[in-house]
Amino acid sequence: MTAGVGVADAGDSDVPRRLYPDPGLPDRVFRTVLRSGGGFVLAVMLLVGGFLLYLVDNVVGNLERLGIPTGFDYLDQPAGFAIPDSDFSSAQSLGDALIVGVQNTLKVSLIGIVLATIVGVLVGVARLSSNWLVRKSAALYVETFRNIPVLVIILFWYLGVVLRLPPIGEAVEIPDLLVISNRGIVLPWFDKVGEGFAFGLVILVALAAAVLVWIWRTRRFDRSGAPHRRGLWAGGVLLAILTVGFFATGSPWALEFPERGERSTTGGFRLSPEYAALLIGLALYTASHIAEIVRGSILAVPGGQSEAANAVGLSGWQRLRHVVLPQAFRVSVPPIANQYLNLMKNSSLGIAISYYELTKITRVSIAQQAPAVQAILLMMGIYLLISLSIALVTNVVNRRLTLKGRR
Amino acid sequence: MATQIDALEPLPLPEGPPERRLPPRQWVRENLFGSVLDSVLTVLFGLFLAWAAYRLGKFVFVDADWEIVERNITTLMVGSFPRDQLWRLWAALFVLAASLGFGAGAIGAQRRREVAEGRAQPAPKGVAARRLAPIVLLVGVLLWFSGSLRNLLIVLAVAAVGAVFNLVGRRTPRRLERSVPLLVLAGVLLAFLIVVAFGGVKWSDWGGFLLTIFLAVGGILMSFPVGVLLALGRRSSLRAVRIVCTGYIEFIRGVPLVALIFMGVFMIGFFLPQDVERPDNIVRVLIAFVMFTSAYVAEIVRGGLQSVPAGQVEAAQALGLSPYRTTRQIVLPQALRSVIPALVGQFISLYKDTSLVFVVGLAELLTVAENVTKQPDFLGQGLIVETLVFASFVYWTGSYWMSRESQRLEQRLGLGER
Repeated sequence: MTAGVGVADAGDSDVPRRLYPDPGLPDRVFRTVLRSGGGFVLAVMLLVGGFLLYLVDNVVGNLERLGIPTGFDYLDQPAGFAIPDSDFSSAQSLGDALIVGVQNTLKVSLIGIVLATIVGVLVGVARLSSNWLVRKSAALYVETFRNIPVLVIILFWYLGVVLRLPPIGEAVEIPDLLVISNRGIVLPWFDKVGEGFAFGLVILVALAAAVLVWIWRTRRFDRSGAPHRRGLWAGGVLLAILTVGFFATGSPWALEFPERGERSTTGGFRLSPEYAALLIGLALYTASHIAEIVRGSILAVPGGQSEAANAVGLSGWQRLRHVVLPQAFRVSVPPIANQYLNLMKNSSLGIAISYYELTKITRVSIAQQAPAVQAILLMMGIYLLISLSIALVTNVVNRRLTLKGRR
Repeated sequence: MATQIDALEPLPLPEGPPERRLPPRQWVRENLFGSVLDSVLTVLFGLFLAWAAYRLGKFVFVDADWEIVERNITTLMVGSFPRDQLWRLWAALFVLAASLGFGAGAIGAQRRREVAEGRAQPAPKGVAARRLAPIVLLVGVLLWFSGSLRNLLIVLAVAAVGAVFNLVGRRTPRRLERSVPLLVLAGVLLAFLIVVAFGGVKWSDWGGFLLTIFLAVGGILMSFPVGVLLALGRRSSLRAVRIVCTGYIEFIRGVPLVALIFMGVFMIGFFLPQDVERPDNIVRVLIAFVMFTSAYVAEIVRGGLQSVPAGQVEAAQALGLSPYRTTRQIVLPQALRSVIPALVGQFISLYKDTSLVFVVGLAELLTVAENVTKQPDFLGQGLIVETLVFASFVYWTGSYWMSRESQRLEQRLGLGER
């Protein structure tokens, strides 16, 4: 047993301590490192590190040769371009332009995520409808939008729909509500007419009160089992405090309706053609993917759950609301989060229709003599940061939703 | 012992519930007018669908001016590919049809044998025609626009070659079965060589739909090995390897493809030593696609690796296989088999993502579709809707066809049923 296989030379000892002849110290060290995997690690680190150093060396050499600054001082230079639909003027710095770009990216991403979720869930549920026509219409929607590149959809909405709306002189108008023209879509919006600080405090108080009421109703439900109706209660409290507070602080905000002039509209909230097209395109495309996820998650809920819900006499809506959807929701959070990330990343396609989000601003900056390497690295870093933030939020949600003891 | 297992009867496949066939009247009542709400929905959706179909039909057959597509069909398909070299593309098409037909035939034969041995269910009848429908539709529309009898005849000849090689493929001897994928790949490479080699056309002159397909196929073929290595690296027991691979994958997945394309176009030049020739834009974009797709392929393959039961690795170790052979002969074959549908899905999304090179003006299908509206004959007539609808149709048929095939494959491999 001790004289195991591969004992080549046990030296003078009668108990073999090594399987190999003693190769001398340097080799022994080398072998130990190699066998523990250290050698390979070292090699990989040297290889990757060397390659990266080589690239960085090339970049620095090339930049120096071409006389392009390294570093990020360029962000303080004046931008030299204006951004439509913002207060940004061309005298402000490139760094400020970048901030506007990030804001625009977030603006289209967040609203797009909300829209895509609403449409996606509706279509996903419709795909499982008992009504044949509804089912097939939803399938038609999904199969159409899922199989066309999102850029084509966005371009179609921009060039084919939004820019073809009637000119401002012949705008489609629902008086006091909506003006639709090829200059964009204008909706009523709140306009600040008074001092807003006191009302801001009221909002905070109202939110806090609503949360407290929510917790109280939940506790009461846990104790007594009486219906909690916490959504109704919390919403009611919120609304009541807001209404009272609004008038108490002297109505600081007023709803402003769009009015159409000869050349432009005044008042209200204007969706620029670019923003509207990008938003609709992204939302419709992502919704088709979300619909498939919703459908799959609902199908993944075991059939016995529905049957059990029927057996205890729940109505169709109750079955969906209390039995099927909560379980489906739990499965669908990670893939839907992935779609949110995709939507955010796809907002970079705003560049194709000149919506001034992060990518477009970076592109314009490069055209305005900003150094390409730094500008693109910075852009990637910002996207990475937004991605990580979205991933962080959804991970927290997912962890809270995962049933204890599973996975 | 082993022979005894071989001799066992295969388990009978579970029978599905019997099909329910209703008389039309009852079907309508049950599926369309089950309740008041159902009836309202049916009427609403019916009206909307009828309106949409009317609008679309009226646009396609009455309002649209398809002359721009008819006159530019060659440009839309191949961009500025030299017209006197088009024969190379046709020749390549013949080779492709032969090798793909052969591959399909061989898979069909394998499938029939599985059915005969009771390991798989026979395919329902009449599926073959439906499976090819999107492609036939696409080719039909393209031929209609080209309006040339010669092209029709060539396409028919290509189809005939494909069919003949399909028959050949069905007779593949069993011992050659394992080399079928290699043969198909060789065919694809040969087709590629026919176009570029021997005084052929360099890919910087490719454009249109040809460039779309080249970027998609080239991108996925090159991403695959990189992706597999990254996936293995991410599961490596060595921390340094793991960190490098994970870092790369997560970085790529966190940034948009457009950003990588910009990086390829604006930055790759800076990364090269100054005496190296600067690559042209197609190569730059291809590098961006490979960087991007390999990270996603890696995540897919990692999923496959995780699905291989730990007992497989332990068994391999017990048999005394080296780590390399364990990975190569035990883990990877099982892992890759289970991720084929997901890889097809990745290919589809790459196929659609090729349209993003529009932002750097590379002459791929979408770019060409936009550019032709700026020709003097068509300028300012607002024909972009026509060309965009045409491009959407081309993208849609390809993508829809592939996603259908991937679903079939998934069912056939019995994934998700384990």
